Amino acid sequence: MIIEINGEKKELENSCSLAEAIHDLGYEGARIAVARNDEFVPRGDYATVQLRDGDRLEIVSPMQGG
Amino acid sequence: MTDPITPMWSIGGRQLRSRLLLGTARYPSLAVLQQAIAASGAEVVTVSLRRESATERAGTHFWSAIKEMDVQVLPNTAGCKTVKEAVTTAEMGREIFETPWLKLEVIGDDYTLQPHPFLLVEAAEELCRRGFQVFPYTTEDMVVAERLVQAGCSILMPWGAPIGSGQGLNNPYALRTLRARYPDVSLIVDAGIGKPSHAIAAMEMGYDGVLVNTAVARAADPVRMARAFGLAVESGRLAYLAGAMPVQEMAEPSTPVTGTPFWHQS
Repeated sequence: MIIEINGEKKELENSCSLAEAIHDLGYEGARIAVARNDEFVPRGDYATVQLRDGDRLEIVSPMQGG
Repeated sequence: MTDPITPMWSIGGRQLRSRLLLGTARYPSLAVLQQAIAASGAEVVTVSLRRESATERAGTHFWSAIKEMDVQVLPNTAGCKTVKEAVTTAEMGREIFETPWLKLEVIGDDYTLQPHPFLLVEAAEELCRRGFQVFPYTTEDMVVAERLVQAGCSILMPWGAPIGSGQGLNNPYALRTLRARYPDVSLIVDAGIGKPSHAIAAMEMGYDGVLVNTAVARAADPVRMARAFGLAVESGRLAYLAGAMPVQEMAEPSTPVTGTPFWHQS
C-alpha cells in the first residue's frame, strides 16, 4: 500500500500498524509526534492503529520557534 | 531566592523571576542559542514542531540542547492557518513537550502575519476546553481580547508590530488601553520588538512580560543582546512598580532655590 509521509509517498507492507510503520521507517527512539489524516494520534495508540492505503502521516519533532 | 525589589511573578501556574520570554529560532548555532538563553535570564522559551526526517533527526538534537537549559518550554502553532491545523499541532506539541502550555498562533494574512481574529477565538475556545494553558498571539483589538478572555484565556499576547519586523510598539495607545481594561489578565507583548528600549516601553506601561526572538537572534552579538533584553525588561518592570513622575510643560528647578548665593529680588 502507498502511504504519504510528510508529503512524500512511500510503499509499505499491507496491514501494518502505525507502530510497525514507525519502526520500519527508522523513527525508533526519535522524539516524535504523529498525526494521521490530520488527526493527532497519541503515542499510546500507535500499536492499535492500522494504516490504510492512501493514509497521510505527519511525523514531527521539536524545532526552533519564536 | 526572591528579592523584595523585584518580586517573583506567576504565569500559567508557574513562579518565575524573569519577565522575558525568549524565542529559540534564527540563531547562528545551537551553542549561541544556549549562551543567549543563559545570558538573558529567561526561564521560558518558545519552541515549535517541524516534519522530522528519520535519518537526520535534527529535532532530537535540538530538543537535547533545550533540555540542558532547564527552562519551561512554550510550544507554538506557528504557520497554522486553520483551527484544525492549530488544534492538531497543539495536541502534538503537548505530547512531545510534555506541557499544556501553548502559544496559539493562527495567521490570517501572509504579508503582515497578522493573527486571524475569528479563527484565533474559535481555536482558543476548543483548546481551553481540551485543557491547554493558551497564550494567544493576538492583535491589540479590544473586542477580540474580550472574546479570548471569555473563551478561558487568562493570558493575552498582543503584538507590538508584525513578527520579525523590529518596529517596536506601533500602537502604544491601544496597548495602554488594553492594559487599563484588563488589569487582572497577564499581558505579554509578543512580536515586533526590535530593541531593548521597546521592551522597556512595554514594561513601563505595566505589561507583565515581553516575548522576543529575532531582535536577539539577529543582533550582531546575540549573547550580549540577550543580556541587554534581560536588563531592559527588569528595568522597565522596576520603573512601572516605582511609578514615573508626572510630565510638566515647564522647567522646575531640581536644585532647591532657598538660599541660592547671589540671590536678589529683581
